[in-house]
Amino acid sequence: MLQSIAFFLLAAVATVSGLLVVTARNPVHSVLWLILTFFSAAGLFVLLGAEFLAMLLVVVYVGAVAVLFLFVVMMLDVDFLKLREGYARYLPIGAIIAAVLLVEMIMVSVAVVQGGAAAGLSAPNAPSADVTNVEAIGRVLYTDYIYFFQAAGIVLLIAMIGAITLTLRHKPHIKRQNIADQINRSSAKAMEVKSVQTGQGVSPEELL
Amino acid sequence: MVIGLTHYLTVAAILFTIGVFGIFVNRKNVIIILMSIELILLAVNINFVAFSAYLNDISGQIMAMFVLTVAAAEAAVGLAILVTFFRNRGDIAVDDASVMKG
Repeated sequence: MLQSIAFFLLAAVATVSGLLVVTARNPVHSVLWLILTFFSAAGLFVLLGAEFLAMLLVVVYVGAVAVLFLFVVMMLDVDFLKLREGYARYLPIGAIIAAVLLVEMIMVSVAVVQGGAAAGLSAPNAPSADVTNVEAIGRVLYTDYIYFFQAAGIVLLIAMIGAITLTLRHKPHIKRQNIADQINRSSAKAMEVKSVQTGQGVSPEELL
Repeated sequence: MVIGLTHYLTVAAILFTIGVFGIFVNRKNVIIILMSIELILLAVNINFVAFSAYLNDISGQIMAMFVLTVAAAEAAVGLAILVTFFRNRGDIAVDDASVMKG
């Protein structure tokens, strides 16, 4: 009973905040609604017994991706009202297509479930109760899926390099340390001995 | 009331639809489009995890983890492209992005 209340609460919050992500006028608000959606989805994952993925969702999405979005939205100085042009124009066709898509997907879901995809299972049973969710994932991830795991690491590495390459720019007027120049500098090139005539001074222009 | 697989699949379907709807109505705002894509990938993840729980198979959660990885990479690269585009054009309207075509 308590589980059903929790499910309906989390599902309702996820749906409403998801809708507000795409309808909010201010993109900063959109990002905040997105964070709420991810939190609710993490709650749903906990209900399903996938605690590790729930924590991963909170750490990776709320902690990294959503903050990245927030950072970019606040950094770009864009007139967001101008970008909302055509919102009312595309609303009817978008709503129609979304409604058709929703009905189709729910029908497929019901058909799949009734067809015996989850035959006879009314409630999620924890995968082998003697190990925790994290241990169960770890046992499979580092054995059967080790190559996929490595490939995921390479994907992240390439994404990181790509993001840095895209956004890095060298400003010409900024002084940078050139270590090779510093090391190659010798006293012969850096110093010069001038013999000053007695009774005469040395002007700065002469030294240069 | 017992919460069955259908309930989770319905929530995922609703979130997926909201994501598609968001792409339709916010055609000019790339940031919202990227957020809609994140919503779609979240719906896919809910599907994976729900099937994983109800079929008693951990592989679905592994797959959801990989989807999460790709989604994070996609967000990072997408936002980097967005920042570069904004620097070059001073605007992020998608309509202007046609300068890139061959």
